[in-house]
Amino acid sequence: MAQGVFDVAVVGAGVVGCAIARRFAIDGARVLILERAHDVLDGASKGNSAILHTGFDAPEGSLELDCIRAGYAEYREIHARMNLPLDPCGALVLAWTEEQQAALPGLMAQAAANGVGDVEMLDHATLPALESQLAPEVRAGFRVPGEALIDPWSAAHAYLYQAIQHGAELRLRAELLTAERQAESWRLHASAGSFEAGLVVNAAGLWGDHVERILTGESWFQIRPRKGQFILYDKPAAALAGHILLPVPTKVTKGVVVCRTIFGNLLVGPTAEEQEEREDASVVPATLEALRQTGETILPALAGQEVTAFYAGLRPASEDKAYRIRADLERGLVTVGGIRSTGLSAALGIAQHVARLVGRAPGVARDWPEMPVLAQDGARDWQAPGNGGIVCHCELVTRREIAAAMEGPAPAQSLAGLKRRTRVTMGRCQGFYCSAELARLTEGRFTQPMLAGAVDDAG
Amino acid sequence: MMQADVAIIGAGPAGLAAAAHLGLMGVKNIVVLEREAEPGGIPRHCGHSPFGMREFRRVLGGASYARRLAARAEGAGARILCNTTVTALHPGPKLELTGPDGAERLSARVVLLATGTRESSRVQRMIGGQKPGGILTTGALQGIVHLNHQRPFRRPVILGTELVSFSALLTCRQAGIRPVAMIEPGARVVARAGAAVLPLLLGVPVLRETRITGILGRDRVEGVVIDGPGGPREIAADGVLLTGAFRSEATLMAAAGMVLDPRTTGPEIDVFGRLAESGYFAAGNLLRPVETAGMCWASGRRVADAIAVHLTGGLPCPAQGLPLRIDAPAIRYALPQILFPAGPGFHKTIQLRVSRPVSGELRLSQGGDLIARQPIRALPERRVTLPIPRKLGEGPLSLDIEEDA
Repeated sequence: MAQGVFDVAVVGAGVVGCAIARRFAIDGARVLILERAHDVLDGASKGNSAILHTGFDAPEGSLELDCIRAGYAEYREIHARMNLPLDPCGALVLAWTEEQQAALPGLMAQAAANGVGDVEMLDHATLPALESQLAPEVRAGFRVPGEALIDPWSAAHAYLYQAIQHGAELRLRAELLTAERQAESWRLHASAGSFEAGLVVNAAGLWGDHVERILTGESWFQIRPRKGQFILYDKPAAALAGHILLPVPTKVTKGVVVCRTIFGNLLVGPTAEEQEEREDASVVPATLEALRQTGETILPALAGQEVTAFYAGLRPASEDKAYRIRADLERGLVTVGGIRSTGLSAALGIAQHVARLVGRAPGVARDWPEMPVLAQDGARDWQAPGNGGIVCHCELVTRREIAAAMEGPAPAQSLAGLKRRTRVTMGRCQGFYCSAELARLTEGRFTQPMLAGAVDDAG
Repeated sequence: MMQADVAIIGAGPAGLAAAAHLGLMGVKNIVVLEREAEPGGIPRHCGHSPFGMREFRRVLGGASYARRLAARAEGAGARILCNTTVTALHPGPKLELTGPDGAERLSARVVLLATGTRESSRVQRMIGGQKPGGILTTGALQGIVHLNHQRPFRRPVILGTELVSFSALLTCRQAGIRPVAMIEPGARVVARAGAAVLPLLLGVPVLRETRITGILGRDRVEGVVIDGPGGPREIAADGVLLTGAFRSEATLMAAAGMVLDPRTTGPEIDVFGRLAESGYFAAGNLLRPVETAGMCWASGRRVADAIAVHLTGGLPCPAQGLPLRIDAPAIRYALPQILFPAGPGFHKTIQLRVSRPVSGELRLSQGGDLIARQPIRALPERRVTLPIPRKLGEGPLSLDIEEDA
């Protein structure tokens, strides 16, 4: 017996799945979101560089470019209504070798062709005025004013919350096991029960090809996870860079970026490492050391700065560079696969594209979630009266913020989920001070508890 | 804006000792700013004895020691504001604070930084692998066990063999946690011999010359990869307990652009406990991770004496300071970092630690002349002190070790 009948079932609650669910829910569809993990954003969306890209370097004429441009525009249009931050700091694309310098005019022409016409060329003499800490070896570059910093998790949570406000249902720990296409609808058997839906959207990210096989018996693309390791420096380092500092990209990767985060840290990464494993986002000390050195060749003053965290994200790349988006309306299936490194920027645009493929008339949102402000220079809760006091001293997270993250449309279900919603333990002490209190505050609240048990437990 | 004569950041042993001592010396408006809900600092959640021999002439547990320190400070007239986090330091000195009622500012004649220390995180130790739950420091473990009566894991590995590592082992024991192994990257156990027999008694193997090279598990720790004399191998564990490798909690200073000593990770101080920034002083474990609570308490009293003199304008001009240069690679740190021609201030000794076992002669010279010397035979993580000569001349100071062949 199916637990519910839906117009659309979105498989995967990453940033792309959440954005698609939001679009369909606003457009009036009854939406179901199935997520296999304990909490949302637990796959590819948990680790990225948190940049809202303009698409200036995306492949010309590609669907990816269209989605980035549309996603970028929609984010700028809606972010303030949901309290989502946007730091329009701009990016500098920097050339460190003669060869890279020779590539700059071509990249600027590509930017113009991609609709990003406001780029400006900078030479060795003008760069220090924009970025005083850049290593003197920098030869030239150009500025892309539209590149911006955002909060990757609040954005995705906002999309999800708005979907839920418009009637979407979220099922966690709901791994899709089998599916049958009936005359007009799908019958989906997940670990959390069975459901019926007219249309299925496969937004399963790192498991996209796997889910495609469950749905259709085969997959027309293969996910080739590409790991990106990052180093996050402590807040004093953020003063060293104003812009997002990008290298001249290669065919494979945008390369190692140095930029602030919206939370006031400085980030260096990612690497681009092909791997088979879809769950294992291990960090490797030697690679991190190399990243640190890369960072120091760009900003020499990074030497000696404290590192707060390191992490690795897995990009759901496929064997082809292009997005693997396809609609089979006969079968009631839209596949959104291979959204490699630009998913955060493109998510809202991908959602628009999918809605168009399906032929739904755009609706108008009735409700807008108001997201907590987590950006370093935003009006944070710790500055406001009645916040209950600070629990996480490094990131200045209050008791009231933690309580709020355990309520609401999609309460945190794990420490990882609480971190993404509030930033607890994400700072320099990594939980030395606040773990005990967090364990107390979250006891009995998570489906994936913080601790193994109480002292007086048996065993 | 709030006003204070002396604002002390941190209600641990150093901050509370300074508050009590200043109060007894007649300083009136003393405020201690503490971000935790209760004063006392780290000893609050240390389950083990002994605390308090030096301060109260009796043996106390951590929690009651912390309560007595706070009571003594309040008895001397200091106000302790808990749940109050300092968010920024400014010249003046002026502080930005926040508490349950939101943000506020405070102006003080003197600010004493006594923010203490914390253990290095997994990140600072550069331990690779996955990022599951169940990786804790001793501080977090002791809070969870002693304050919450919860148990974070059952079969963890312990990294480190410092004194605190054995404190962690005892905490595990009390909570019914059975560590799989203690892992020490160095050739020998770091803590003194007495503590080192503990794992033997508790049946926990100590693996020397072994590093944790990776952590396994997606959601929760499933094991670690270690590399030691027998080559790399995996051991099953449901947690990783990172102990020691203390570093100064000096973030406020770093954010304010204050000079930090990369060797101690704390602020640079002179023999009076002063920082380069006018009106700022520092004491306790912030200066040099890590010493016992009793040492921090003594450090707090010492700096209180200096602050009392400063408030009457009696300290020498900072411009006369003589930086102490460290010329022996084996010296990990030495402090105070700045001496004065008049000789000792309230810091009577140069305190140092070595980074490897050393034996030979410790030498302080000025402008090429040897002005103090003493034999040294030291292991890492053991405190070494050299009395500051009663009179110094002008000219650069250098600290060196002439090692035995």
